[in-house]
Amino acid sequence: MSFIDVNIQLLEGFRVTLLIFFATLAAAIPLGLVITFGSMSRFAPLRYLTRTFVWIIRGTPLMLQVMIVFFGPGLLFSLPPLPRLGAVLIAFIINYACYFSEIYRGGIESIPKGQYEAGQVLGMTKAQVFFRVVLFQVIKRIVPAMGNEVITLVKDTSLARVISVVELVKAAQDIVGLKSIIWPLFYIGAFYLVFSGILTVFFSKLEKKLNYYQG
Amino acid sequence: MAVLEVKNIRKSFGKNDVLRGISFSMEKGEVLVIIGSSGSGKTTLLRSLNFLETPDEGEIWVNGKKIFDAEPAPSPEPLEKVTGLRLGRYPDVRTAFRGKNRPESDAQLREKRLHFGMVFQNFNLFPQYTALQNITLAPRLASADVRAESAAIEAHGLELLERVGLADKVNAYPCELSGGQQQRVAIARALAMKPEILCFDEPTSALDPALTGEVLRVIRSLKSAEDGRTMIVVTHEMEFAAGVADRVIFMADGVIEEMGPPEEVFGNPKSEKTKAFLSAGTM
Repeated sequence: MSFIDVNIQLLEGFRVTLLIFFATLAAAIPLGLVITFGSMSRFAPLRYLTRTFVWIIRGTPLMLQVMIVFFGPGLLFSLPPLPRLGAVLIAFIINYACYFSEIYRGGIESIPKGQYEAGQVLGMTKAQVFFRVVLFQVIKRIVPAMGNEVITLVKDTSLARVISVVELVKAAQDIVGLKSIIWPLFYIGAFYLVFSGILTVFFSKLEKKLNYYQG
Repeated sequence: MAVLEVKNIRKSFGKNDVLRGISFSMEKGEVLVIIGSSGSGKTTLLRSLNFLETPDEGEIWVNGKKIFDAEPAPSPEPLEKVTGLRLGRYPDVRTAFRGKNRPESDAQLREKRLHFGMVFQNFNLFPQYTALQNITLAPRLASADVRAESAAIEAHGLELLERVGLADKVNAYPCELSGGQQQRVAIARALAMKPEILCFDEPTSALDPALTGEVLRVIRSLKSAEDGRTMIVVTHEMEFAAGVADRVIFMADGVIEEMGPPEEVFGNPKSEKTKAFLSAGTM
């Protein structure tokens, strides 16, 4: 099997990896904010419900969650199976939204009360205070933690293979098993390294950009 | 007519009675200085005027209009409790079942809030905005037509910065300013919403002594300006208090222990507590 053939096969896996990565980010970033509002709600039942949910999601392996989303509906309720990739995305989005929500919560709670009060006494609405005063400061504070989480996501995409979604690792493993060659594994390792390297640079640039002010 | 009338304000936090019946009134253009040791309730009083705390009892009148009435209400949200319905979005239904003067919609509350401006001990500037943006943000958000009024808001902001002596710091971020400069921006920001009564909560307590002068000078200049501003200043700067005040209130343990012109309160205090406080301060 030539280098080019391997590349073509891996490329398909890489496409799936990228898809999982970007789709999860795109959906989990806003969904996380919704979960944050739930876990910070003044309505106690909603708060406890949300926090329990976050505890369950953060307290169990993502791999297990992927399997449950995929096999659960069929085995529990005799529903038709979800598409494999769909099941992966649902599990990933919920899982990452929960992690993000805790990062957001930490960020929001770290903003001094005085910022809210200053906005309030100037006659701003609660929404204006949140979106025009607080949110930007929260973003600045959570960028390092989000960077960490996003880089973890790059590598977590490989868990999709547990329900036979052919992402990068599965694609490489198939080649290794079929052709008895080892180098594709190192090769995709380099893929992940480059990918997370790019993200590292991106996040440090972003941090610098937001550093135009202190506080 | 009094611009501000405070009637029998009471507030406790748990078992701690912080305000135990505060009443006073102010005329337009008057500068009222509140002194007293920490924990005497000065800050809570200011925060109550700005609706940052809700008094348990009492009334607040501005220009002859009642803007706050704690009115021992039966129970804050009987209907919501009884039915389990969330009526938050239907203020008219809600108010109908709450005491007649219960805090109404957010919009009404905001409007009432704007009678007062507040300058905080810790400035509380918005760190991500420049000095000018800090000042213009609230007027912009309050404006019905930002595009049409943008230039006017900007011009007013610049004028205010000039007034507090920071015309050269228009584009500086709070982190690039000294504490005194930050507090002056905060004063300009409070003025931008054109409050009737401007409140200062220990405006120089977070500053080192070298920087307090510039802030006090700005406050004094607001008094002497032709539109002489009505102000309530909570402060520990006795000399400044004596100089700027039309009237001084000495608070102790949640009550007004003594009130009068500065010459009397400082020169010839009647209450033992006032005497003790003042002599401790000058030692």
